[in-house]
Amino acid sequence: MSMKSFPKPSELPVPAGAEGWEKLYPYYLVFQDKLKEQEDAKFWFCDSQHWPTVFKPFETIGGEFAVKCLGQYNARHLMIPNANGIDFRIHLGYLYMSPIPVAEEKIAGRVPLFEQRVGHYFQNWEELLRQWHVKVRGTIDEMESLSFRKLPETVPFEDIVSGKAKDGSEVLLENYDRLIQLCYQNWQYHFEFLNLGYIAYLDFFNFCKQVFPDIPDQSIATMVQGVDMELFRPDDELKGLAVLASELGLQSAFGNTDDVDATLDAVAALPGGDRWLAQYREAQDPWFNFTVGNGFYGHDKYWNEHQEIPLGYIADYIRRVDAGQEIMRPKEALVAEKERIVEEYRDLLEGEAQAVFDAKRTLAATAYPYVENHNFYIEHWTMGVFWRKVRELSRMMHAEGFWNEPDDLLYLGRNEVRDALFDLVTGWGVGAESPIGPVYWPQEIERRRGIIDALKTARPAPALNTPPASITEPFTRMLWGITTEQVQQWLGEGEAVEGGGLRGMAASPGVVEGIARVVTDADQLAEVQQDEILVAPVTAPSWGPIFGKIKATVTDIGGMMSHAAIVCREYGLPAVTGTGSASTTITTGQRLRVDGTKGTVEILDAPAVTGPGAHSHHHGHDAEPANV
Amino acid sequence: MSDFQSNEYIQFFDGGIAPTLENLGGKGASLVTMTEAGMPVPPGFVVATAAFDAFMDAAGITAEIHELLAGVDPEDVAAVDRLSLRIREDITSRPIPEAVRDLTRQAYDALQSRFDAPAPVAVRSSATAEDLPDASFAGQQDTYLWLEGFESVGEHIRRCWASLYTSRAIIYRLKNNIPNEGLSMAVVVQKMVNARVSGVAMTLDPANGDRSKITIDASYGVGEMVVSGQVTPDNIMLDKVTLATVREHIGDKHAELVPDPAAHALVEREVDAGRRAVRSLTDAELEAVARMAKRAEKHYKCPQDIEWALDRDLPDGENLLLLQSRPETVHASKAPAPAAAAGSLWGGFSGTGTAGTQPGAPSSSAAGGFGLGSITASLLKPSA
Repeated sequence: MSMKSFPKPSELPVPAGAEGWEKLYPYYLVFQDKLKEQEDAKFWFCDSQHWPTVFKPFETIGGEFAVKCLGQYNARHLMIPNANGIDFRIHLGYLYMSPIPVAEEKIAGRVPLFEQRVGHYFQNWEELLRQWHVKVRGTIDEMESLSFRKLPETVPFEDIVSGKAKDGSEVLLENYDRLIQLCYQNWQYHFEFLNLGYIAYLDFFNFCKQVFPDIPDQSIATMVQGVDMELFRPDDELKGLAVLASELGLQSAFGNTDDVDATLDAVAALPGGDRWLAQYREAQDPWFNFTVGNGFYGHDKYWNEHQEIPLGYIADYIRRVDAGQEIMRPKEALVAEKERIVEEYRDLLEGEAQAVFDAKRTLAATAYPYVENHNFYIEHWTMGVFWRKVRELSRMMHAEGFWNEPDDLLYLGRNEVRDALFDLVTGWGVGAESPIGPVYWPQEIERRRGIIDALKTARPAPALNTPPASITEPFTRMLWGITTEQVQQWLGEGEAVEGGGLRGMAASPGVVEGIARVVTDADQLAEVQQDEILVAPVTAPSWGPIFGKIKATVTDIGGMMSHAAIVCREYGLPAVTGTGSASTTITTGQRLRVDGTKGTVEILDAPAVTGPGAHSHHHGHDAEPANV
Repeated sequence: MSDFQSNEYIQFFDGGIAPTLENLGGKGASLVTMTEAGMPVPPGFVVATAAFDAFMDAAGITAEIHELLAGVDPEDVAAVDRLSLRIREDITSRPIPEAVRDLTRQAYDALQSRFDAPAPVAVRSSATAEDLPDASFAGQQDTYLWLEGFESVGEHIRRCWASLYTSRAIIYRLKNNIPNEGLSMAVVVQKMVNARVSGVAMTLDPANGDRSKITIDASYGVGEMVVSGQVTPDNIMLDKVTLATVREHIGDKHAELVPDPAAHALVEREVDAGRRAVRSLTDAELEAVARMAKRAEKHYKCPQDIEWALDRDLPDGENLLLLQSRPETVHASKAPAPAAAAGSLWGGFSGTGTAGTQPGAPSSSAAGGFGLGSITASLLKPSA
């Protein structure tokens, strides 16, 4: 049987105006002509789950650090017997990945190393995880201490007196290098426990599939998932603040939350306002280090700097509390249900099998919550501070005339930024009128902006080249939901959905009908109306507050353990993930039937909406509200 | 309920007398225990084996029947058929002893007094050996549906008794060396369910004996067509713990058995294309059937095979009725052997030692009982 194929990289058309895009990225990130044969022989899938939007040159840092560090734990730390890391390339602005297998003859030799290393972690889990928290916090604190201030007109006199003999530019240079290193450091830490969490989960998963053939994946997830997760904490804090505001009668202060200062002043002026503000400030550190994006883009907005976002959510929660709705997550009921499920499956087993079930579940329940909780510390907190520092630097250089827009540093690669910084300190140091950058970068950045905007007009291909007959690599299946069936589906060879429609992963059970709202950018979240069905390339867990509004979620990418799936199960909403093309097939306003139990999405009527915003091709900050 | 007192010949399902297999047969005893367990069983009573025995004594034909049966060759089907017909005609022509007849009539009246309007009943044989785990006689005795009036009921009770001597039953006993002495038969008289949808449910996956599943067959109308395989029902498999649908197949369900008020009988009717194409149970009904099956399994402490029906005349939430629950014996023995399976995980990967044999490697027990070997095997599993 001949396998259908995805296009080769060279077969994908370059959008008009994007010619020369390759030069925006480092040489090692793009497909090479001299490696064409080897690279075309590999199967590459697009990770639009983490990188749904075209990379600006600086933003490749997240992709590079994350995927490199993921790989090192497979290939160098844990010696996963049958999986090395994941090779990655940027093509037409999107990230494509190709898992690197271990040669068959080398697998056996890695087993003892793997078992020794993994065994050590599982035996010393609590202590090593405690250390992890210290290390990660240390990185964040140091990153927070870095500053990128304008250089002074003269070296301060005290530095003359003390004989310091340095002009301060070295601090700027060091701080930049340190910022990059600290970011790299926490990405290394990010994966210290992540692969282990998945390994423990996979072990329990396989055991369950063996003793309970066809057990729904959801059941297995429920048995090991945490209920009181740090990932939900920011949203829980907002809910708590809404309940308190309602109790204290502060509703009148929340009329226009877009004006942050006026809102907080209005709260302060009301009786009980002090108490509320104290709790608000308490919640900010650290829980407002939370992004509506996913931490991988310079344009991701963080609550701390955009308090209109959490205040808007609080206002929405207040309305729901006042309408008599229960907004707090029913933690006790969720825990009780989880315990019931564990107990009932356990009771189906006897003797030794029951003991094995207990051991494997306990391990998975210990290790797996890291998979959910780490996200707050790295993607949200670390990257929140990182991007804030990057903006601080960008704005300082903008003030020095390096570029036209405050955040244009993102159009430079991270090593180009070092050059620009040295240009800056040189121009300043020698007493020249101006560094060179201001005559070089504005025009170059406009050229690059044109290319990036052109790349954004095309969606990525789901994959490149010929897929293998079956996808066996465990992490590819678990983290990205890339399965043999999924690939068949993308190639249009999967089982058709009755009446036309989409098939994906049955990620959270239940069936609902409702109106679609296609959201391709976090900025469009405000458009989501009560009881709509959210359709997105991928959702970020930080979209939490809108999950209280919607009826179901459909995504293009992601498996059972994608963040969308986890959050939907938590909120009791049906979810179908990994459909491949929901956000481009479905238009806002269409009526859908989402079956999260079977993993199907039916479009019940013809497109009702046309015009700007109705389609899902908007990106960045310029997305317009959908015409409804 | 009426003031009818259960007695030697008649036991109401809710009559408060502990059932025994020899008195009530498998089906009758099961209906009594299910009723006692608070499960929604349509009301009815059992005509006990003592009634059959009294009938046969009065008829005085037992010895003659045994003699006739002793001389027959089980391979000579025509001869068995002739003999069977002769015995059954003999039985159905004999009068029911007055004491038995009176008590049965009183019981029938007491049952009818529970309803506003005369209620049709089903009359089913309940053999003392039928439905037992080790001797499956299922389907070898008779069921008569939608009977109205005591005359008809009495007539069919006698036919159930006679069904002990169908050709199939005779041949089965002869071939399995089951003696005719001491054979008896109880008969169940039960309010007929006006079934909109009905079917069966098993508290396991019959394909592999997996006890974490519930398998449901459902079709329109009275369930006899599902039980006897005359229609292709909807087939749904649910996870037993979460009740999530694991897979489902919409059956053709081309016909249904429904009451025809004019004919005072059940009639077979074609199901239109629209109803065939959709599942006969709503999500809520499906869940209710599964919960009922789980409850039956919990009560009997072993996998169950139940028959259920949704009554057209009862309100939602009260309309699911349990008609039968018996131990599932055919497939339960097929259950996967999880302990062995878990132990063999490591064996799937050759050429390596286990963690325990690695110097410096932690032993699995010290690490909390998880098996490093099986963790490795999990990763190496081709279809993880």
